[in-house]
Formats: sequence, C-alpha cells, structure tokens
Amino acid sequence: MTALEWYVTAAKIVLVIGLLLSVAPVMNWVERRGAALIQNRLGPNRIGPWGMFQIIPDGIKFMFKEDPIPKHVNGFYYFIAPIIVLIPACMTFAVIPFGDPITIMGQVFKMQTADLNVGFLYIFAMASLGVYGLIIGGWASNNKFALLGSMRSSSQMISYELSLGLSVIGMVMVFSTIELGPMVQRQAETLWQIGPLAIPKWGIFVQPLGCLIFIIVSFAEANRLPFDLPEGEPEIVGFHVEYGSMKFATFMMGEYMNMAVGSGLIATLYFGGYQLLPGFGLLLDSLQLSPTGYMWAKLALQNVSLGVKVGLFMWLFVWVRWTVPRFRYDQLMDLGWKMLLPLSLFNIFITAVMIYLGWV
Amino acid sequence: MLVKGKKPLFQNFYFFETLTGMIITLKEFFLGKTVTISYPEERRQYSDRFRGQHYIKATNGVENCTACMLCPTVCPSECIHIEAGERNDKEKYPKTFEIDILRCCFCGMCEEACPKDAIKLSTITEMSASYRAVYDRDFLAEQRGNK
Repeated sequence: MTALEWYVTAAKIVLVIGLLLSVAPVMNWVERRGAALIQNRLGPNRIGPWGMFQIIPDGIKFMFKEDPIPKHVNGFYYFIAPIIVLIPACMTFAVIPFGDPITIMGQVFKMQTADLNVGFLYIFAMASLGVYGLIIGGWASNNKFALLGSMRSSSQMISYELSLGLSVIGMVMVFSTIELGPMVQRQAETLWQIGPLAIPKWGIFVQPLGCLIFIIVSFAEANRLPFDLPEGEPEIVGFHVEYGSMKFATFMMGEYMNMAVGSGLIATLYFGGYQLLPGFGLLLDSLQLSPTGYMWAKLALQNVSLGVKVGLFMWLFVWVRWTVPRFRYDQLMDLGWKMLLPLSLFNIFITAVMIYLGWV
Repeated sequence: MLVKGKKPLFQNFYFFETLTGMIITLKEFFLGKTVTISYPEERRQYSDRFRGQHYIKATNGVENCTACMLCPTVCPSECIHIEAGERNDKEKYPKTFEIDILRCCFCGMCEEACPKDAIKLSTITEMSASYRAVYDRDFLAEQRGNK
C-alpha cells in the first residue's frame, strides 16, 4: 500500500469510529428530549440550548462516581463484558459504504472502511457476536436474575437472527450480490418512470415485505423497546443489574451504537444507502462545478444523504420505543417463530416467482 | 398464558395498530401541550386556603395566643409543645411555643381549635431543612401570611 492509501484508510477509520462514538451522546439527548415531548413533559432543558449538553455533566458523574464491584462476581469477565458489547457494534459499521468511489491522484478509493467480499455474512457474524457481551455480563455477575436476562437475550437473538437472514435473502436474489457496495450502486437504477418522476430501485420498492421484516427484526437485534426483554428495566430484572457507573454507561453506549448500525443497515439495504435524496441531484447539477469539485460535492451530498437516512431511522427507533409497550416473552417468541419466520420464507417465495416471471 | 380472544385479523396483525399509535405519539410530540412547570422560574398557584408553614398571629405587636392548650390537645400528631407563663398585666402567654414540623401533618386542626385566632397556617410551601426543624416562638412570631 502506498502512503496515500494508508492516509485514506486511517481517515476513514477515524471518521467511522468517531461518528459512531459521538452517536451515543447525541442519541441520549434525542431520546430523553423526544420521550419528554411525546409524554407532554419538558425533559433536560438546563444545560446548553434545549438541554443539549446535559450529557457532559452526566458523563462526568459516570466517570467519578463510586464504582463498587460486588464480591461475588467473576472480576475479569465482569470487566470485559461491556467492552465486548461495544466492539462488534463498531466493527459492523465498517462495511457500510458511505459514498461513490472517488479518485485522488489517479487512484480509486472506495468510500467504505472495509470492502469485504463476504458482505452480509460479516454483518450477521458481528451481529451475533454482540450478544456474547450480554451473556458474559450476565454470567459473570453471578446473579440468577442477571443470568436469566442474558438467557432471554440469547434465545431472542437466535429466534430473530433467522428472520434477519431470511429477509435479506430476497435482496440478494434481486440484486444478485452479497456485497453492500454494488448493492447500493444498483439501487440507483430506475424502477418505474412515472412522467418526470423516476422511482429508484430502492430496496423498499422492490422488497416491501422484506423491508418491514428487516426493520422489525433490527429492533430485536438492537434490544430496543418493543423487544427489550434482555434488560427490561422497570419490571423484569435484566443482565446489567450488577453493573454501575461507567460500566453501565458503556452498555448503554453499546445499545445506541447497535441502534446506529441497525439504522445504517436499514438505510443501506432498503433505502438506497448513500444514493442522493430527492432534490439533491438537481442541486448538484445546478452548481456548475469542475469535474474534481463535482466529485467532492457529490461525495459531501452523498454523506449528507446517508446521514439524513440513518438519522431518520434512529428517530424511528426512539419513536417506536415511546409508543409501543414491551412484548411478553411468549408473545415475543410467537411473533418471531409464527409470524416473521413464515413471512420471510413467503417473501423469498414471492421474490423467486417474480424473478422467474421476469418482473424484477 | 396467552388468552386468545376473537379479534378481527386487522387488529390481530398488530402492525396497523402500531402505526395508529405512532401517529398519536407524533401528534403529541409536535402539538402536545407541555404540562411541566419549570419550578424555580414558574410556580403553581395554590388556593388561598392552602395549609402551609405555621405562624402565630399578632395584634399590635403582641401575639394573640393565651396558652389555652387547645391546640396541643387537638393536634393528632402531638407536635405542639407549649409552656404557659404570666405577663406583668396578669395575662397568660406562651413562654415556649414549639412545633416539631417533621411530625406535623398540616391538618389545620390547631387553626380550627384556636379561640383567639392565634395559630395560623400560611400558604408557604417551601420549608425544607437539612436538620430536624423545630419551630420556636420567635420563628412563629414572624407574620408570614394574611389569614
């Protein structure tokens, strides 16, 4: 690798990790403020504009408060469990493309931290690894309620990972690739032309049922509210009952980062990824830039488009959390095995028929 | 156990019901009227008959209380402690008048029982303290209400 390639790779890694780490404080504010406004309250409103910097004193408190470690825990695993939750979340985002390939000094760079040819398989592997942190945390806590919480999380993960994988198979059949980069590029094609309005070949228009299943399953994968059985803060005790201060905050950060990864995947697979939002294309053409400037402006607009899409889905996560009450455990299993699994199989069948008839 | 009721398929599917709920929450998010009172800046308006911090009413600078012991008798939480004394003009007066405010339940019975309109409950609500507060006679002699 040349020096330039090293620099670009380092810049991409720093960008992705930095964005992911800064997602947690921002989402914390969005969640608290959004919840408050939905429930006709005010929420944090003292520090900074609209309470935006509330997370700073909270973080200071998390750092400096007493951090008691219960005597009965297994020290080493108790300590590494929050880190294990955090790392797969960071790693999954590496394969999400955030722009068209750009050319610097005659070299083409893919705007994707890691261009893996296994694509989805890597994402599924990492998504499954996330649950290990929960299980280790529950087991190392040496507390029966924490262990039950982590058991719930593992069985939930197994039930929903199945539908997750099967719902994406439809996309693989339509676009004939398992890599995310080519898949996003092919989503720019036009599906239907209605007068001047071109409907792009985004995943949601090709695979509406698969998209719905994928969104529902991402909620379960990120342990977010209709499916937050592993923690279940108010009534069923969760896996992090023995954790306090910064370790607990790390679990929370992991949850928000999983949310970001889930939103990134929904946006990339079903909503055109970095493809420009409606109207951005006209804006780009009206700027009259030189080829180099056009490339950079397009990259910037693509990043903004992906950011807006991911942000919208993060807001969807928050919105659903404060709308839908938690499922009971048998309802969760019923939904996973009796609804989502048959539906995703049905989706594969329908897609196969449509491909056979040449409609897609 | 899951109790299976006979619901139409539309409701059983749950998805449309969720969407309806989400529209409701979004409506509250944008149009909902906030009910929070930002406390130090805004305050709730209580009724004038609110029973708050005590005081002993005075007429011409002399407290009305004649230490008749009706209020410690009627007090359900037994938090009033009075020692009677005699003034130079042979008038009975409270030498000590103490209210253990932690025990007080703010029922207002002392106010009702008082024949001299002496003990009163003002509308003051903010009386938190970091110690076990006992209101003495000097403290109660402050005129902090207009009842």
